[in-house]
Amino acid sequence: MGFPHNPHARETVLLSQYFGDPEARSYKGWVKRGGYEALQQALAMPPAAVTDVVKESGLRGRGGAGFPTGLKWTFMPKEKDKKKPHYLCVNADESEPGTFKDREIMRWTPHALLEGTLITMHAIQADVAYIYIRGEFTEPFAVMEQALAEATAAKALGTFKIYLHKGAGAYICGEETALMSSIEGKRGNPRIKPPFPAAFGVFGMPTTINNVETLAVVPHIITHGAAWHKAMSLSSPKSTGTKLFSVCGHIQKPGNYEVTMGFPLKDLVYELAGGMRPGRTLKACIPGGSSVPILNREETERCLLDYEGCVAEGTLLGSGGVIVFDDSADMVYQIMRLARFYAHESCAQCTQCREGTAWTTKILERVLAGQGKMQDLDLLLDLAENMTGKTICVLSDSCAAPVVSGIKKFRGEFEDYIAGRRRAMVA
Amino acid sequence: MSVVEEYQPVFTGKTLDRLREIFTRYPTKAAAMLPALWLVQEARGWVSDRSMVEVGELLGVTPAHVRGVVTFYTMFHQHPVGRNFVQVCTTSPCNLCGAEDVVQAFLEHTGARELGATSPDGAWTVTEVECLGACGFATPVLVNADFVESVTPERVPEIVRKYK
Repeated sequence: MGFPHNPHARETVLLSQYFGDPEARSYKGWVKRGGYEALQQALAMPPAAVTDVVKESGLRGRGGAGFPTGLKWTFMPKEKDKKKPHYLCVNADESEPGTFKDREIMRWTPHALLEGTLITMHAIQADVAYIYIRGEFTEPFAVMEQALAEATAAKALGTFKIYLHKGAGAYICGEETALMSSIEGKRGNPRIKPPFPAAFGVFGMPTTINNVETLAVVPHIITHGAAWHKAMSLSSPKSTGTKLFSVCGHIQKPGNYEVTMGFPLKDLVYELAGGMRPGRTLKACIPGGSSVPILNREETERCLLDYEGCVAEGTLLGSGGVIVFDDSADMVYQIMRLARFYAHESCAQCTQCREGTAWTTKILERVLAGQGKMQDLDLLLDLAENMTGKTICVLSDSCAAPVVSGIKKFRGEFEDYIAGRRRAMVA
Repeated sequence: MSVVEEYQPVFTGKTLDRLREIFTRYPTKAAAMLPALWLVQEARGWVSDRSMVEVGELLGVTPAHVRGVVTFYTMFHQHPVGRNFVQVCTTSPCNLCGAEDVVQAFLEHTGARELGATSPDGAWTVTEVECLGACGFATPVLVNADFVESVTPERVPEIVRKYK
């Protein structure tokens, strides 16, 4: 995608307005653009009132689960125990294949994230916030470091403390309880819930974990009000606001596009992102990052991009990572590649996940090598069933989703390999 | 008779000062684990067994605990790597855009030949990596700490020349 960002006429530009504008990166530049006014406004309100506005706005978590943000904040203790500091963990461990929105928010508008973080800290009465940035994000980390130093020097933080915490290469650390384990200096193993983070979170203290995009929206909600945010919806009233969609794969103009919730997926793909390469047609699409079921062409052209619209097509909005496959894509190979990703990233605590992701990959590799049997497809589905809803976190489910939907929708491609009608183009 | 090289601690002088500052950010010393290991890798290029012991002593945890952490996170090197460490994203979205050809080009032009192996001159190690989170800029490649976007096989010789 090119910078500065020239938005398409059908985009609703809120978070991405200053993408590509280097001046917006500095504290002064951000203040000039109206930055930190929402913070002042929020600090003048009681914490519960800030939470109420966000609750009323209908904002739901942009990291993948879509949990109502304001409601999550209300789980934090109202009366603060002096011996129990409150923590906010900012999830900037963006690693979901197909997703690259938080990266752009941090690298172009770091102060939007800091302002959203500070408002949220006020709302949940947090003393300390850790922004957990994945280790591979060297540039966003440097930009955030600079922004934090500038904001600190300008005394924008008040008594709040914000620290950047650099990850070291582990997809699972984007799972909220694994993220807390990682901040505590341990292996990034997810933990069983309950206890929930709001009661027993990082260092055993009340904790809220929010995604970067979610927090970057918060200042806008404070400035314009809950009703304004709630009114931004093209389809389901349960999905409000704008959403950044990262479009990638077989597409003419890959990049981030910000649209109002309920926007048609087909318009995003064919119009905003420029459609297929010449002579190619759309075969499949994953609308919410690699962990959600794959859509075929018909479903893609029908799907509306909000939480409910995706569910209606049997998939999920997830993180908004839109992966496009044209008719040249080998679905068996691509699904194996996704399974390999999950096998590599499994923390290996739960048997179903550790064994399931590894065996799913091995069986798919066998099919690709021309050594598969027809029973392998049933075996894969059987494995997938045992990998769904049975583990501490949903990494195992995430591996099963593309496999099950892939076999269901592109079964012919699998059978071609098994029957020897097709050979792998790549090893 | 074997010669045992004396271990030079990583955490002395300014590096120790940096660790002490990091300790102030967390309520427990053990939480400084990832930052401490990053400091070790910055100084030595990798994390040796002896460095794990040193980190354990400073953080008040066992060397086994440190090893458990080091082996969990893929970015920590458990053995020396080339002066230039190349990580090419080959997860699905980049794969669709030809990432595997980029890997081949790096293996060829750096002389590293095999994934994970170091070139004979010690200059290069090339690895495949899972999703770098920049799928719209396929193929993203990390060369040391430099994030290079939209790499094609044609651009690889120029990138290799730059780091030689």
